[in-house]
Amino acid sequence: MSIEIKTSTLEPIRNTFEHTKRRFGDKPASRYQEASYDIAPEKNFHYRPMWQPDKLLNDTSRTAVVMEDWYAYRDPRQYYYGTYVQARAKLQEVTESNFAFFDKRGFADHMNEEVKEKIVRCLLPLRHMELAANMNNVLCTAYGTSTVLTQAFLYNGMDRLGIAQYLSRIGLLLDGNSAESLARAKEYWITDSAWQGLRRFTENTLVIEDWFEVFIAQDVVLDTLVYDLMYRQFDEAITEQGGSDLAMLIEFMQEWHKDNSRWVDATLKTTIAESDHNRELIGGWLAHWQEKAVADLTPLAEIAVGENAVNECVEVLNKRLAKAGL
Amino acid sequence: MSKVYIALQDNEESRYIVEAIEEDNPDVTVIYQPAMIRIEKEGYLVIKRETVEEKMGRDWEIPALHVNLITLGGNVDEDDDQISLTWNN
Repeated sequence: MSIEIKTSTLEPIRNTFEHTKRRFGDKPASRYQEASYDIAPEKNFHYRPMWQPDKLLNDTSRTAVVMEDWYAYRDPRQYYYGTYVQARAKLQEVTESNFAFFDKRGFADHMNEEVKEKIVRCLLPLRHMELAANMNNVLCTAYGTSTVLTQAFLYNGMDRLGIAQYLSRIGLLLDGNSAESLARAKEYWITDSAWQGLRRFTENTLVIEDWFEVFIAQDVVLDTLVYDLMYRQFDEAITEQGGSDLAMLIEFMQEWHKDNSRWVDATLKTTIAESDHNRELIGGWLAHWQEKAVADLTPLAEIAVGENAVNECVEVLNKRLAKAGL
Repeated sequence: MSKVYIALQDNEESRYIVEAIEEDNPDVTVIYQPAMIRIEKEGYLVIKRETVEEKMGRDWEIPALHVNLITLGGNVDEDDDQISLTWNN
């Protein structure tokens, strides 16, 4: 008896969801596309929200930015829940092992008091800013328009909580789990004159109503300046003063910022390229918030790094903006 | 001139590689077979790391191609940034 083996190809009945097909064509779609595009309802709402009766749910008029298609965006990292969690788990694993190593080898005891004090004064109070950044980004998720954007805002918001926690843990490592350094850091945040500028800026961003303006003030302007100042320049400065082991503990923030910047840049670029209206509007917001941020950050930059530190941050910001097309 | 070819398993990851190949090699022929994607082109075919990374949205290294590779034909030239197949005739 002879057996004939044949292969028969089964074509799938459909490649993807109808709405994904309408946008990307009738071909197999990636998980990112299926999980991100055309998800949030846009019409046929029955009721207006009682907390804002003049607008619909997911109303596009909650920002002055106008996009013909709010799904024109694309996250270059292609994060949807699955990939986001995987990427962060990987990053966190490295960080956890760094923290464990730092603790095991007792690096905190090898730092001199001056360096420790500088970390408490210049780095730890940032955890309060990170909490504000969390609220700002989650606000964008709440009032933003398209899933492709709002999901990225939510991931950003989650990350900021994580960063705030890592900052707290740095404090706990330095003070032997007494939380005394965190209490002092909070005191600095509230009363130290070097921090009042940043604190004022942060509190001002918390009351912006236009969610896209929040994005500009927080994610574009403030983050670029603060992350360059603290996680690059301050890192270098403290290394020179004998605190190079700190680098192990802030690697998460550095890597995260690099990763997040890709998305921020892409979002900015798409919005500006859409129309002159957007370009002018965002240009105005940028000028407004950048001026404030630079003035507010200067005293902190001086005690954390030195005289010229803020100018270097501004250079980095300007380079980024130029790359985005401004 | 003969054709160079590469065959990849048909899965979530290969799809991005195929997209990248299609972008970098305009006249490429992509044949979808059961569980396998066969890609052919006259004389020369290149896979660039940068393009694949852009499609995938994450870092990707050329040796990772082996995870999904079934077979290939052509002289291989591989470095950190690209892998190319050629016939020298």
